[in-house]
Amino acid sequence: MSAERPRRGAGAVLRRIPPVLAMVLGLIGLWYLAVIPMNVQEVLTRAERAGVEVSPPSAVERRDMGNWALVVRNPGTLGESWSLDRPRLPAPHQVLTELYESTVDEELNGRRGIVRSGSLSNRGLVYHAMVTLNATFVGFLIGTGLGILLAVGIVHSRVMDMSVMPWAIVSQTIPIVALAPMIIVVLYSIGIQGLLPKAVISAYLSFFPVVVGMVKGLRAPGPMQMDLMRTYSAPKGTVFWKLRLPSSVPYLFASLKIAIAASLVGAIVGELPVQQGGLGARMLAGSYYGQTAQIWAALLMAAALAAVLVWAIGRIEARTLRRMGMAQ
Amino acid sequence: MTHAAFALLLWIAGWALNVRLANGPASNTQAARLAVPLIFGATVLGMWELLVRGLGVPAVILPPPSQIAETFTANTALLWRDFVQTILKGALSGYLIGCGAAFLTALLVDRYDYLRRGLLPLGNFMAALPIVGTAPILVMWFGFGWQSKAAVVVLMVFFPMLVNTVAGLQDTSSMQRDLMRTYAASTGQTLMKLRLPSALPFVFNGLKISTTLALIGAIVAEFFGSPTLGLGFRISTSIGQLDLGMVWSAIVVAALAGTASYGLVALLEKRLTFWHASQRGGP
Repeated sequence: MSAERPRRGAGAVLRRIPPVLAMVLGLIGLWYLAVIPMNVQEVLTRAERAGVEVSPPSAVERRDMGNWALVVRNPGTLGESWSLDRPRLPAPHQVLTELYESTVDEELNGRRGIVRSGSLSNRGLVYHAMVTLNATFVGFLIGTGLGILLAVGIVHSRVMDMSVMPWAIVSQTIPIVALAPMIIVVLYSIGIQGLLPKAVISAYLSFFPVVVGMVKGLRAPGPMQMDLMRTYSAPKGTVFWKLRLPSSVPYLFASLKIAIAASLVGAIVGELPVQQGGLGARMLAGSYYGQTAQIWAALLMAAALAAVLVWAIGRIEARTLRRMGMAQ
Repeated sequence: MTHAAFALLLWIAGWALNVRLANGPASNTQAARLAVPLIFGATVLGMWELLVRGLGVPAVILPPPSQIAETFTANTALLWRDFVQTILKGALSGYLIGCGAAFLTALLVDRYDYLRRGLLPLGNFMAALPIVGTAPILVMWFGFGWQSKAAVVVLMVFFPMLVNTVAGLQDTSSMQRDLMRTYAASTGQTLMKLRLPSALPFVFNGLKISTTLALIGAIVAEFFGSPTLGLGFRISTSIGQLDLGMVWSAIVVAALAGTASYGLVALLEKRLTFWHASQRGGP
């Protein structure tokens, strides 16, 4: 059985890859295509300046025309679409170049890079990603801890269940990010700044999935199992440690995956009001200065972070469940 | 100091009342289920008021609830215009477009297995991404008006909705499908009579997740640029003026809108999926 498993897993993965790859390639193709109409105005303006004849000669006329119509009328002058300096939509390879330059290149060759100065460059994406990651982790830990404590309380106390649970649900229908700027300003005014305000927002976003998952998990043991504990005349503490907690582990991990993604979103949103580094700050700076490639690179970095974090929790989950003998 | 003592008394009284209600004989009635959280909420509000006044917390850090209520009632016209701009124009239109598009895509994806196997992992991946990050880009493309907010909302709700609907459409047993085949039901009939109804709980799950996401998207997008109204705009400018009463009023509007829309979807769910195990309740 155990010898068969990896092979079956590899086969399943191999069968799964082609459709996904096809979709990804299709999306990238669409992206390249979309670059043409998105940047056509700028391209035509540059072509006109270079002395090439452009179909409606005046810029005002062009501005009022549809982008696709412009593309159709000027098919010969679109070569620059994918290499503009400040495009409205950068092409994928431009984003990748920007990503490479602001990570590997900046650290290895830049004046402030890690090779020459010994610390991460504050102009590089790695530094900003680390700032965001720190806030994400702290927020995640606070949120998860509070969530688990609250869930334990809810499961053991009927009063808490009835009075706190409805408010926990209501709290999630409040768009928390509306609170983000205020939390940061208020905490700043009482002398707390830096990591913690962002972490508070992350924690707020990540505690709810944990509460819901843990309440479900702690209540997962069936009446049979609970009855068995009663026949052992087990005290509440023993029931909790030996039965409820172990059986809640799969639920916990399922919610941890949601929670870490949510807490990354919280950290990024929390960085918008204070410009002190981080991927959110980087995006906002990019939008102020029209550096679209920079925004896209930061976005890609955030996506990669989210993927790695969720994947890491998935790995820990698989290991823990196998150790506990609960893997399916 | 007396205020703080009163706050403590209030807390003890409220909690004791709740303990009696929750453990008393009437604890399973509808009234108790409603009363306990309401008492809890009122206790917290009362403590907030008493503590802020008693400890002399400056209003620029945490205004007491009474002051927030005052600001709220004094600025209802202004807040209503913000509500229309952010919630009705930005969030609602984006919500409808995004969920509608995701639903149609899900129907399409469900028809073609190859598409499903390709798009579903991607959709799952995208649903976990911080899509709010696209807000600056979309504001750059669609301008400062509500259109850019709607675009952010469309992107944010699309993937959770897609993933849930596709999962729902898969949620029929082979017995049920066989039964439809013995009836010689066409694909369309199977979809309308079996698969869509059984997908409804999942669809509503997606719709519920999306309501909160829609509000978040619309408000965050306003931080990147907006006309001089809108909840996000109101919050960020009022913080600049240290007018915390106004900030909290805007948050109250957002909270009310969020709770109301969530409640509306939940009500609709109750009406349409009354047959599902999660709705039937039981002893």
